[in-house]
Amino acid sequence: MSIWEYANPKRFMGWSGTVLPWFAVLAAGLLTTGLVWGFFFTPNDFRQGSTVKIIYLHVPSAWIAINAYLMMFVCSLIWLIRRHHVSALAAKAAAPVGLAMTLIALATGALWGKPMWGTYWVWDPRLTSFLILALFYIGYIGLWSAIEDRDTAADLTSVLAMVGAVFALLSRYAVLFWNQGLHQGTTVTIADGAQQENISTVFFVPLLLSMGGFTLLFVTLVLLGTRSEVMERRLAVLRKKAQIL
Amino acid sequence: MNVDLGKYASDVLAAYGVGIAVLTVMVLAYVFRHRRMSRNLLDQESKSND
Repeated sequence: MSIWEYANPKRFMGWSGTVLPWFAVLAAGLLTTGLVWGFFFTPNDFRQGSTVKIIYLHVPSAWIAINAYLMMFVCSLIWLIRRHHVSALAAKAAAPVGLAMTLIALATGALWGKPMWGTYWVWDPRLTSFLILALFYIGYIGLWSAIEDRDTAADLTSVLAMVGAVFALLSRYAVLFWNQGLHQGTTVTIADGAQQENISTVFFVPLLLSMGGFTLLFVTLVLLGTRSEVMERRLAVLRKKAQIL
Repeated sequence: MNVDLGKYASDVLAAYGVGIAVLTVMVLAYVFRHRRMSRNLLDQESKSND
């Protein structure tokens, strides 16, 4: 069986309904463990004090904010090339989650920045590119709701997703492109297949759990949202049929 | 167990408050929409079958 058959709406509703509860339970478990461990059972940093605990929300939300947009980019490409409705709907379902994660990353970053940098906001390359990313999310969501014809909306939002993907990548690598910003380098890096830790293990393990929890939460919500979109389309078709008859 | 947040307590608690509140609202919005769509679709399908 081809992998594309899983994108058939009927088949998608079948397998997603089966895996959804498992993803939800795993996401809740990992997220709770990571956040509780990070908040209650890690020491304060000798320089940052207790503000180091903010990384368990800030880093995972920033990670999802960027990768959600990249996922939307891939789904949009699939829609434009293969015209699979489920891929366009998955991109649509991912956008509000991505926006929420971007807002969490911006808010927690500002709350960390005030005591550490002395200001909530600075026009640093990474912060600015994240703000632009949030605007792209808002524009993407707005464009979906502004266009009545669903296929035209999927086409236009796909183009927007591809343009915005540049800013998602820019947000990811902004600290490497420009050195004048206040934002520090990447907290967790993976290079040459070997994991390089830029933070102590005592902070790293709960951070990894929290990142896993956020990732699974994202997958769960995208599946749930895509199912809602598929059902909404089916509902629209049935209502139209009922009107004709 | 370390819950001594020191002089940054308000910043840390505000960050967790905002983060958890946004996550909760988002999860509830997705769950309620899914429930509403399932219910509406079932209703419509039963009407269509009548």
